[in-house]
Amino acid sequence: MDQLTRRKFLAGASMGAAAVAAGPWVIRAGAQGGAVKIGVVLPYTGVYAVLGESITQAMELVFARENWTVAGRKIEMIKEDDEMKPPVGIRKTEKLIDSDKVDILTGPVHSGILMGMRDKVHNSKTILIVSNAGADAISRERCSKWIFRTSFSNWQPNQPMGGWVAKNVSKEAFLVAPNYQAGKDMMEAFKETYLPAGGKVVAEDYPKLGETDYAPYLTKIRQSGVKAVYCFFSGTDAVNFVKQFDQFGLKQSVKLTGAGFLTEPDVLPAQGKSAIGVITGHFYTPLLENPTNQKFVKDFREKNLGKMPDGFACQGYDTAEVIVRALKAVNGNTQDKDKLVQAIAKVEFDSPRGRFRFDPKTHNVIQPFIYVREVREVYGGLNNVPIDKIADVKDPGTGCTLPA
Amino acid sequence: MPFLLDLFAQALNGLSYGVLLFLLSVGLTLIFGMLDVVNLAHGSFYMLGAYAGLTLIGVTNNFWLALAVAPVAVGVIGVLIERGCLRPLYRRGPLDQVLLTFGLIYLFEDLVKWIWGGKIRSIPPPDLFAGSVTLWGATVPSYRLFVIVFGLAMAVALWLLIERTRLGAIIRAGVFDAEMAAGLGINIQRVFTGVFAFGAALAGLSGVIAGPIQSAQPPMGATILIPALIVVVVGGLGSLKGSLVGSLIIGQAETFGKVWLPGASMLMIYVVMAAIVLLRPHGLFGRPLK
Repeated sequence: MDQLTRRKFLAGASMGAAAVAAGPWVIRAGAQGGAVKIGVVLPYTGVYAVLGESITQAMELVFARENWTVAGRKIEMIKEDDEMKPPVGIRKTEKLIDSDKVDILTGPVHSGILMGMRDKVHNSKTILIVSNAGADAISRERCSKWIFRTSFSNWQPNQPMGGWVAKNVSKEAFLVAPNYQAGKDMMEAFKETYLPAGGKVVAEDYPKLGETDYAPYLTKIRQSGVKAVYCFFSGTDAVNFVKQFDQFGLKQSVKLTGAGFLTEPDVLPAQGKSAIGVITGHFYTPLLENPTNQKFVKDFREKNLGKMPDGFACQGYDTAEVIVRALKAVNGNTQDKDKLVQAIAKVEFDSPRGRFRFDPKTHNVIQPFIYVREVREVYGGLNNVPIDKIADVKDPGTGCTLPA
Repeated sequence: MPFLLDLFAQALNGLSYGVLLFLLSVGLTLIFGMLDVVNLAHGSFYMLGAYAGLTLIGVTNNFWLALAVAPVAVGVIGVLIERGCLRPLYRRGPLDQVLLTFGLIYLFEDLVKWIWGGKIRSIPPPDLFAGSVTLWGATVPSYRLFVIVFGLAMAVALWLLIERTRLGAIIRAGVFDAEMAAGLGINIQRVFTGVFAFGAALAGLSGVIAGPIQSAQPPMGATILIPALIVVVVGGLGSLKGSLVGSLIIGQAETFGKVWLPGASMLMIYVVMAAIVLLRPHGLFGRPLK
């Protein structure tokens, strides 16, 4: 008994001494070795859940490739459903920043949520990588040192199309977009190059968001005698507009062109053959022939039951790729936020859409190309076939002076 | 002349939209007239009709079959809802019924998401009406012409049913005074179930009819409810004639609002509704509330 106690005492004492000696090292390893927390604010229910799903699936594809580990630290994704409602999105943002203390935040889809979370993110010095919302302001007067964007600014897919439509389709166009900020911004961006190229806007119409009957506008388009329509619609609006445009027999005499969202894979199957021949500008199509994209399409389809990746998936892929590469560059150190911001700004890699890099002036992605795509029936289905491209499309960033 | 042509083309657009509204709202007004229930889940029946139609077309590739069968399926669901949920609430206040049917909106929306998923879907028009035709210089999709003819024929058929048949007489008696009708030996409970199922089937029918023009997605039932309620308010609660005239007025107001006042087009139908209700508080053909 006596001996046993002494042996126990010795063992305990030596362990204690070892712990004391190792103490500072153990503590440091704790800070470095914990999981990197990535907060995700996206819609996972409701109409736009398909977008949130595409973005998330592609992010998980990249993280899985890295075995969910970067620079020796585990990657942990904390997903929150913003329901496409600004109050919900902002509440979830606050939760991720204040209680979960995430290292990096990504999302959202809705521009209203982005503008609502902007000050919280900026003031708390949280790094945000925007994976969809296109509000121009976030690359302009409301830009922030802490905010990057891998997706697009609303200006980007539209501005190059003005010159292209004037040159290749018609010098007279009818513009249609939903009656809200993004719709009007996109039409303005189109006009920036359409008017100088000799184009004339015959008329503009702004139906309400969520319109179900476009007949009055389609009759106006026919009676105006234009040869081209340029528009922006997404979701059910895109389906209803494209279908009704076809049903009114306009396809024979008028070319329908628009921003890429008009014929993305989330709406293309519901539009069916009505979409054939529609021309849109976008930074991505799964038919791109670069090796990164071919591997991405193959891996994405294997993981997701044959589903084709869309522009949203490309955004998710690039968001995760930026995170992985920047964390490797700082060796997993998320404490020094300034260093991490610098590392993110410098990230450059081959993305499915082309060579990916940020504009140091705005922290917005420089689109390697805006592809002009035509919907055709190829490879056993409807696809956006690239027919032309415009290189290095960079948001003007008016009013943004980083670091701010 | 071009002005008259524009007017004619847009009036046709307004007519096709109005007829669609009629098919959608007539079931709502019938149910209200008979059962005194504001069925907020009416839009859900419209949605169920569209999705049942989608599945039937997917399986049989036949639009006409879907148009015939989907409303029956929705009608059966109507029977279950009336018997199972609504019947115990007749003796309670209208608030309980509103709460119940409001809750059903969410239930059906989730059910549709669960069965069909949240993706945007769409019914292609039948081959017979896939193109467009030119009528006195105005180009209209031939499917919309079909909708106009079909909807007006439905209006006539419903009028004959209600005004000229024995069943119609029973329904009218029930609308006028359910208790009295029951006292005369009519099994009013069965009539209630029948009218509710019939109203639901009409909503399902309009879901299939609207399918080729619009897209199908789970929230569609909630979004379509507001124009349907406006039509019922304008036309007068419980009136078949009111539902037809109200739909045609709202259809034209909405269309010409978009043409002439694009900036204020969203307001147009509300302005019309407010004006009519100010002049005739019970709607165009409504009876004063009991």
